[in-house]
Amino acid sequence: MMKEKLMQAVFFIAACTSILAVALICLFLFANGIPAIREIGVFKFLLGTRWKPGNNIFGILPMIMGSIYVTAGAIIIGVPIGIMTSIFMAEYCPKKIYKFLKSATELLAGIPSVVYGFFGLTVLVPLIRELPHSKGTSILTASILLGIMILPTIIGVTEAALRAVPRSYYEGSLALGATQERSIFRVMLPAAKSGVLAGVVLGIGRAIGETMAVVMVAGNQARMPAGILKGVRTMTTNIVLEMGYAADLHRGALIATGVVLFVFILIINFSVSMLNRRKDNE
Amino acid sequence: MSEFKKRMESYRRHPGSFLLFLLVMLSALTTFVVLLFLIAYILIKGVPNLKPSLFAWKYTTDNASMLPSIINTLIMTVMSLLIAVPFGIFSAVYLTEYAKKGNKLVGIIRLTTETLSGIPSIVYGLFGSLFFVTYLKWSYSLAAGALTLAIMILPLVMRTTEEALKSVPDMYREGSFGLGAGKLRTVFCVVLPSAIPGILSGVILSIGRIVGETAALIYTAGSIPQIPSSIMGSGATLAVHMYNLSKEGLYTDQAYAVAVVLLLLVLLINWVSARIARQLTKGKENG
Repeated sequence: MMKEKLMQAVFFIAACTSILAVALICLFLFANGIPAIREIGVFKFLLGTRWKPGNNIFGILPMIMGSIYVTAGAIIIGVPIGIMTSIFMAEYCPKKIYKFLKSATELLAGIPSVVYGFFGLTVLVPLIRELPHSKGTSILTASILLGIMILPTIIGVTEAALRAVPRSYYEGSLALGATQERSIFRVMLPAAKSGVLAGVVLGIGRAIGETMAVVMVAGNQARMPAGILKGVRTMTTNIVLEMGYAADLHRGALIATGVVLFVFILIINFSVSMLNRRKDNE
Repeated sequence: MSEFKKRMESYRRHPGSFLLFLLVMLSALTTFVVLLFLIAYILIKGVPNLKPSLFAWKYTTDNASMLPSIINTLIMTVMSLLIAVPFGIFSAVYLTEYAKKGNKLVGIIRLTTETLSGIPSIVYGLFGSLFFVTYLKWSYSLAAGALTLAIMILPLVMRTTEEALKSVPDMYREGSFGLGAGKLRTVFCVVLPSAIPGILSGVILSIGRIVGETAALIYTAGSIPQIPSSIMGSGATLAVHMYNLSKEGLYTDQAYAVAVVLLLLVLLINWVSARIARQLTKGKENG
């Protein structure tokens, strides 16, 4: 009996590690980031449009806007293609090639972000450079690359959501004389709405948190976004670019950038779990 | 053929439907062509650059050997798994076998696990650098990197193990209890062994994440492409090594070669996990 009790305690303690981990992450990020924000001033930090560590000016609005622009671009490019592809996978795809395509999307999810970044650097950047007034590294480049990277997330979640819709909806719609496409887009897709939305929000989370691929193709200029063919810096890349040599308030400001990013992610996580709960209630 | 004709006839009457059909086909084509192009591009550009000298024991500025980074990756993978897998499996056992329904703590554990799985790797890197490197004064080291990665893959191991444990039929547990086994014995001798394939697929997915991780390691394990003398020394994994090579712009050829190795590793990992998954479903069909 002793052993039983002991092991139950061990299992219990193991189960608590995730709580401990989240608590530690919050504690260390906030304890190191908040003092810096206080020293700089909340508004100066969040709404300041200039980031000049050399002159002790730390405004991260350019990075916040950069993250939002790049993520929005990724969503505009990735979501339609992802949803359409998942419709293909769930409704049109012949069984024979399905297995192959499914493992292809899994592969897309497994490719390391640094390989994506390198691909972007050597293929997309020269391609975008051909456009007038463009250096190649830009919001557009980063958006396209991130759009590709979020495809597997969106495809996986949307396909599962489509498959969870009762088949009778589809058959009923066909029986009423609707074409296959009309049945899918007017009946199946609306019925799978919550799941599709959860996939999109997960995609937003991946895009806003991506670092290594973005740092290689976005140009990394710390200034307000000036057009989709101009370079930009995101919150994630701000940290990775300067953390290596930053000290004192500069270091604090970078950690505070991480805090802001973390808050963004918490909001996104919260929306995903709300969407999932709604899906379960339906 | 008449099926096809009927379909075309219907599309003639509903051009909107035809347009949607084309869009769906075009999108699916885009997705898979992009993937194929990416793989083909990396292979074609990289394979000619895979020279034996890139697998020399020592990294020098003249010969950007990737072997030290490969060995670091191996060490990092083993260390992270050694920490994360027991914790992940045990917590999944607690959640599925021990926790009572409606337990408040279970809700909190699930919430924190979900939170962990959504945190971007750069935030893990930041935390690892603040906690392990600075606060615990480990400086850049494999140990700091491995612990950071262990936290990062914990939710993945937990979730896959939990699903695997849930799919073990209750019959097994009841049978074991009926034979007079205690709870602990049932868990270790009956439930866990029949969940091994599911757990394994989670472990393999975790290996994939560890191998490909960069942002969480740059400021925890550091980016020196050499094998450290102990786990408290700094060393770059393959993905970090690749980032350094491509960042400087001097070693593009070598970066292509590393990309090939990373890609092959990912292909291998996906292939193995697919095989295990297939065995899993086969087992279920037979059972």
